[in-house]
Formats: sequence, C-alpha cells, structure tokens
Amino acid sequence: MNAGILDFERKILELETKLDELRSLSKLQDTDFSSEIRKMHKKLNTLKRDTFSKLNRWQRTQLARHPARPYALDYIREIVPDFIELHGDRAFGDGPSIVAGFGTMDERSVMFIGIHKGRDVKEKMYRNFGMPHPEGYRKALRCMRLAEKFGHPIITLLDTPGAYPGIGAEERGQAEAIAHNLKDMASITVPIISVVTGEGGSGGALALGVGNRVLMLENSVYSVISPEGCAAILWKDQTKVEEAAEAMALTSRDMHANGLVDEVVREPVGGAHRDPVLAAHILRRALRRNLVELERLSKGELVKQRRAKFRKMGTFMEQPA
Amino acid sequence: MSWFTKKKIPLGKSERRGGVPEGLFLKCEGCGEMVYAAEFEANWRVCKKCGKHHTMPARRRIMLLIDEGSFEEADADMQAVDVLKFKDTKRYRDRIKSAQKESGEMDAIVCGNGNLDGYPVEIAAFEFGFMGGSMGAVVGEKITRTIERAVNNRAAVIIVSCSGGARMQEGAFSLMQMAKTSAALAELEEAGLPYLSVLAHPTAGGVTASFAMLGDVIIAEPDALICFAGPRVIEQTIRQKLPEGFQKSEFLVEHGFVDIIVKRDELKASIASLLRHMGTKMARRVSPANA
Ligand SMILES: [Zn+2]
Repeated sequence: MNAGILDFERKILELETKLDELRSLSKLQDTDFSSEIRKMHKKLNTLKRDTFSKLNRWQRTQLARHPARPYALDYIREIVPDFIELHGDRAFGDGPSIVAGFGTMDERSVMFIGIHKGRDVKEKMYRNFGMPHPEGYRKALRCMRLAEKFGHPIITLLDTPGAYPGIGAEERGQAEAIAHNLKDMASITVPIISVVTGEGGSGGALALGVGNRVLMLENSVYSVISPEGCAAILWKDQTKVEEAAEAMALTSRDMHANGLVDEVVREPVGGAHRDPVLAAHILRRALRRNLVELERLSKGELVKQRRAKFRKMGTFMEQPA
Repeated sequence: MSWFTKKKIPLGKSERRGGVPEGLFLKCEGCGEMVYAAEFEANWRVCKKCGKHHTMPARRRIMLLIDEGSFEEADADMQAVDVLKFKDTKRYRDRIKSAQKESGEMDAIVCGNGNLDGYPVEIAAFEFGFMGGSMGAVVGEKITRTIERAVNNRAAVIIVSCSGGARMQEGAFSLMQMAKTSAALAELEEAGLPYLSVLAHPTAGGVTASFAMLGDVIIAEPDALICFAGPRVIEQTIRQKLPEGFQKSEFLVEHGFVDIIVKRDELKASIASLLRHMGTKMARRVSPANA
C-alpha cells in the first residue's frame, strides 16, 4: 500500500505502522503493552472515523481515483470466480477499456460488464486508463443483447475518467456509440444493475449506466464533467478543483439525496482499497438483494420501471416566476 | 459565442423574437465581408458571398421549417431551477436571468407542434444564445415531452440541435437528461414514427452523445462542428494539432455518421421529401398552407 498515499491517509497509515511496531515489540520483549495497544487502537479508529466522515468532495474524488482502489476485474473475479471474458464489437475491435463476460452468481448466470482502468503501467496503457473507445461501448451493448437473448441479468461496473477524447474515437463515432447504448439499454428486457465503483465520468459512464437500479459505492463519484474540466471552463482556472467538486455535488451521498441513484453501498473504513475482498463481499450482498427483487418483475415491467426511473429525473418550474 | 459584433445590434424585443433588425451592417464570420442585415436575415443568416451558415435563433429556425400560421408552442413558461445552488465566478441563478434577458427565451430550447409542408411534426429547436444551447433539466424535459407528444399525436419529431452539450451548473441532473431523452426515443421507435435530427454548428458533448446522434435520418448543415469531445480537449489530450476539417459535417458524412448535408434554404424541402417516405404511421398530412 505504498503507491499513491493521499494526504489525509498519511496520519492514519503512520499510526497503523506504530501500532504494528508496538505489537511486534510486545511479542519480542514479552512485555505487556496491551493497555497501550488498546489505547492506540481506539485512537486509530476514532481518527479513521473522523477523517473519513469529514472528507470534502474533492478528497472524496481523490479516494474514488485512488491508485490502489479495486478495479472492475478485481470485483468481478471476487464475485464470480468462474468469469469468462468475451471480446470484440464484431465491427472494428475489442475496446479493452471495457471487459464483458458471463459468470455464475448464486447458481444463476450473470453478464458482467465493467470499465477497467488497469493496475500497472503496461495494463493501464492496454486499458487506455479506463477511457473507452466506441468499440468498447459497442462490445458492451452486444454482450447485453447476448444476456437478454438467454434471459440473464446484467451487472455493469462504472469507473472511468470519461469516454476517450481522441481522433480515432471521434472518427469511429464516440457520440453515436454512447447514444446508441443509452437508447437500447432503455429497452432491454432483463434486469440491469449499474454500480459506480470509482469515477462515474459523465457520458462515458452513463453509457453503461441505464439500470433498473443504480448503486454507488460510498467513495465513488458521479458527475457531468470532471472537477478539473469544470474548473477550467467555468472558473477558467484549473486549480479551482475543490470549488468545482463542491459545486457539482458529485459524491454518492449527494447523488442519493438528489434522487439520481438508488442506493449507496458501504465500503470498508478508509475506502475499498483498504480491504478489497471485504469491499467485494459487501457489493455482492447488495447485488444479490437487488437481483432477487428485480427477478420478480416481468420483461415488460423491467422496461417500464427502468424508463420511468430516468423519466422523472430533472427539476424545473412550469409557471412564470 | 456570437458571430457578429454585438454592439452593432441593439437587441430589441422584436429582433430577439426572430424579427429583422433594420438598417444595419453585419460582418460575416466566414469571409469578413460586410452584409446588409435585412438581406442577411432574409437569406436565413447564410452569407451570400461565402455560404457561411451563421447561428440562427430558435424562433427563426421554426419560421424556416414550419408552415406559416401552424406553429403552436408548448411548455413556453418552463424555467430552470437552481437545484444545486451552483456558483462559479457567477451564480447560476444570475446566469439564467441574464441569459433570458439576452436571448429573449426562457431556456435554451423552443418546442411545439406545427405542419411542415403539411406533415404533422413536433419540433424542438435549440437557442444557442441561451448559455450556449446547453442542456439542463428544462431542455431535457421539453425534448422528452416533444417526443411523447409525437407518439400521442402520431407526428414526426424534428430536433434542430445547436449546443455545447450538458449544462454543468445542473451537475448530474444534466447528465441524466441524456438517458431520459434517449429512452423517449425508444418509445418513438416502437410507435414507428420518424425522427429527423438536424445538426447545426456547433453540436457537441452530451447532446451529440444522446438524441442528436439517434435520428432515423441525420442531416447536418454545411461546415458544422459536430463532436463528442471538442477539438481543444482532444488537442490537449493527444498533444498534437488536429487535421483540417476534423469533426466537420463533411468529415462525419465521410465516416458514416451523418446521412446528408443540406443547405439551410433547402432544409425544409429535404425534410418534406424524407417524410414522404417515412410517414406510414403518421397522422394524415394536411394540405400545405403555402401550396
Ligand atoms: Zn461570408
């Protein structure tokens, strides 16, 4: 856990190191430090709770982007160990920023589709840092259709800075690919659960996010533009990221309070990266519960519920002020 | 983004609402020539010398396309709500007020029904003069209702896009309008009704990446910028200059994302001739007012 320690994590990690030292010391010297250990343990827990309940929206964004944060494949492999990945949009390419495939969850087949950022430099390059090209979105839709054909539910995991802004992406219709997914996801007749696991980067995330249920992990964010982009355009100052993050109300709690997502999924204290296995287990439980509820709905009801949910989004005034 | 030197046009109410300013000269954004304002308006804001299609207010666009006397506006009073109490260098609330004053519109879109060469249509036209035609909840809702009315009245949908994309000041509420409008189009498709998407300069971001790219037929005006990511963002990302004509109408036709490029003075006739083939599920055509 030495890669990319965030400022507000440093104190906690220091205290944890001290605690570990004290524990090994007590073993080595055969002295009783148990009361000191207990005190320090208590102090650590308070510090953790304090730190993580008081994070501002920009710190929350940093946590959502934490380099050690579990990525889509980490969750998928933990939740469905028999995951079998499928490739290609059958038109141009594979789009490896997005992974898709079948897996077995509680004896039912599920189509998992996730945006995967990549861990080491080589994988990050291969995954294009989780910024999909159009073929990734088209592959995702092809796999959703596949799940629909066999009546299997779909789970999408969203974690992207955004759809890739590049020459090839524009040439191959980035906008069309996203738009097409938005429209077709509205008509799919199997349950869809979408989970923002890290960064919900605008249209590039929403293109996989038209679910019957939309969940957000506690420390994930979802926004129309990145705080950096927003600061650059509205403040004309790239450094105003804290202001931009605050203004956009992009945290899981904000999104839930604004009625734009259905549920916030708890993370291990300190964030999912502090205990990825536990994070996956908590997520699995939330997915299971939602799946069971959605499986009671007919095909028609699923489509209707999904459309009605997004239909309601947006606040406006109808009368002249 | 205004194509004309603003000081020269006192924005009187009639002009804002699509009337013609008189006795003024304007400078063409394309060739730099001075053109007589009345003549320029009569030519639907297309430069006679260089053919540059300048941004057109929503109501002028509707005048261009809809048979005289047949337009009935819908949701004219709908206004934005500052749900997030958003403030950057200026308060969103104040931005709305000044945009309303400047454009003469309540928000960045004008919608309603009318006839197009006798065909019953529901039309939505963007007002670029209102915060760059950005899409917040009002735009999303009005477009969705436009599509829903078309389903109920068996009309065609025509959306003329001209927008910088989603409105940041409404945060994720804006983002979700992409899903909402696209889902409505799925219902239109099930009803077998046509949707013609017209793309004017510029059409970008969340607007392109939702309803604008979902037309049964997609028509672009000449030399319009049509993109997901804007050229500046791309240049910053890849750190190289973009090729000439990149993301312009002609480029999109070449890459298979736009059906046809149509000049403004031929736009109405082109849409009418398409509707002749696409109107099998539509309500009956009335005899065109101007026939
Ligand atoms: Zn000119």
